[in-house]
Amino acid sequence: MEDIILKFHNVCVSYTEGKNAVNDVSADVRRGLITSIMGPSGCGKSTLLRAVNRMHELYPDIKITGSIELDGKDILKMNPIMVRRMAGMVFQRPNPFPTMSIYENILAGYTLNGIRLSRAEKDEIVESCLFNVGLWDEVKDSLTKRGSFLSGGQQQRLCIARALALKPDVLLMDEPTSALDPIATAKIEDLLVQLKKDVTIVIVTHNMGQAARISDYSMFMYLGELVEYDKTQKMFTNPKDKRTEAYLTGRFG
Amino acid sequence: MKSYSIRILKDRLLKTMVIILSVLTCVPLVLIIGKVLLKGYRQINLSFFTETTPSTLDAMLAVNNNQLIPGGIANGITGTMMMVLIATVIAVPIGLLCGVYLSENRKTRFAGIIRFLTEILQGTPSIITGIIAYIWVVVPMRSYSAIAGSVSLAIMLLPLIIRSTEETLNLLPESLKEASLSLGSSYTMMVLKVLIPSAFGGILTGILLAISRVIGETAPLMLTALGASAIQWDPAKPTSAVSLLIWEFYNDPNLSNMIWSASLFLLILVLVLNLTAKKIAKKWKI
Repeated sequence: MEDIILKFHNVCVSYTEGKNAVNDVSADVRRGLITSIMGPSGCGKSTLLRAVNRMHELYPDIKITGSIELDGKDILKMNPIMVRRMAGMVFQRPNPFPTMSIYENILAGYTLNGIRLSRAEKDEIVESCLFNVGLWDEVKDSLTKRGSFLSGGQQQRLCIARALALKPDVLLMDEPTSALDPIATAKIEDLLVQLKKDVTIVIVTHNMGQAARISDYSMFMYLGELVEYDKTQKMFTNPKDKRTEAYLTGRFG
Repeated sequence: MKSYSIRILKDRLLKTMVIILSVLTCVPLVLIIGKVLLKGYRQINLSFFTETTPSTLDAMLAVNNNQLIPGGIANGITGTMMMVLIATVIAVPIGLLCGVYLSENRKTRFAGIIRFLTEILQGTPSIITGIIAYIWVVVPMRSYSAIAGSVSLAIMLLPLIIRSTEETLNLLPESLKEASLSLGSSYTMMVLKVLIPSAFGGILTGILLAISRVIGETAPLMLTALGASAIQWDPAKPTSAVSLLIWEFYNDPNLSNMIWSASLFLLILVLVLNLTAKKIAKKWKI
């Protein structure tokens, strides 16, 4: 019996009534692994990911049905603040807080939750988080500078560090490298593989190569439906569904 | 080929028109500033800032002897500063929160109503805010006062601050909100620690520009602050203001030279506020 951290059960998400962007998705995500969600633009992959930490509540028109269980608890019934602390998120574009220094950005999760820390605790969290994302050596002398002064790739690693600072169970990543150049992308991919011992990662990507390189399990979504979900290696070498095969061989998408 | 040269000609004609008209709009402004500078600078010295308004008699004697009018506008400067300060303290918290509300609930019906009402308030003639402040404050307190003046100025500040706050917050990217909410931030913390600090430059600029708009208001102050010939620090007593003094100088032929100096002072004050606002907007840009 494998250790399941995240359970989607008949999840439907709709932006407009009667039209599901995510249609009846059921899947189990395993703990301590990287699971990628692939699919062409508009297939509902980001929508599904954002349902997990209830980001959709920013937009009142969006309706979600079904259930999503995180560590056995239905997140749709929990307080969104608790859900979001258990499931950190990294977005498509790096979004460090522009008014905060690098140091403050890392600690933002604590500040925003009203958690007080001693100076030593703060220093330790900042150092370990930056170290974990490989940014410590690059920024240790400029911790008081604004986060927005870093390069795109560094900013994205800062955002990952910021999400990890709260020690979430799951890290949700919504095309985290699509705004970055190949070198920065490679650094982030290496980082994710190292991180999976501490945190389960669910990553949305439209880059098949990326999914193949880093993920253990892959989902393929098309038109809101979960077409195929299997071990990445198996899916890439021997896809069960015709649509998956067509996508992986570049015939659409 | 012929139509081509006509098109070039038309282009040139329009460009010339635009330039001429733009220059024309500057003419009144340059004339005003020039007049105020030329006629106003002579009266400006240290006592202009430290002494209160002279009596008609003193001024008449000085003018007849071809001397500078003694005294200054210190009572007006302190009054203006005090009233603007109180008005800002009243209007900023309300305006800020209202602006946050409007920006966060852009499409709701209630926000639409509020937005419409702020627009009306912004277009309300200033004398009417003076009458309202008279009824609200002067009548119950049974005295003209700086507080009443501040209330009327605060009413005028409110719509300006609300709109500038709303517009600045609307410019913030949605990703900032997502970033803070995804860290488990509560709504209050997101507004206080992320949205307002990120928009701080724009909000402060808006506040300064709003102050520069109301600092020269006269009509509402006539009905509320009334005026005083001495420096008055008690906000519950009638108080003078620079704009009120200009009106008083206008009504007294012996003091008419002081009109220009007081106007110059107000103009410079507004200019400094505007320049500071621009500097801040530039420096705090994200």
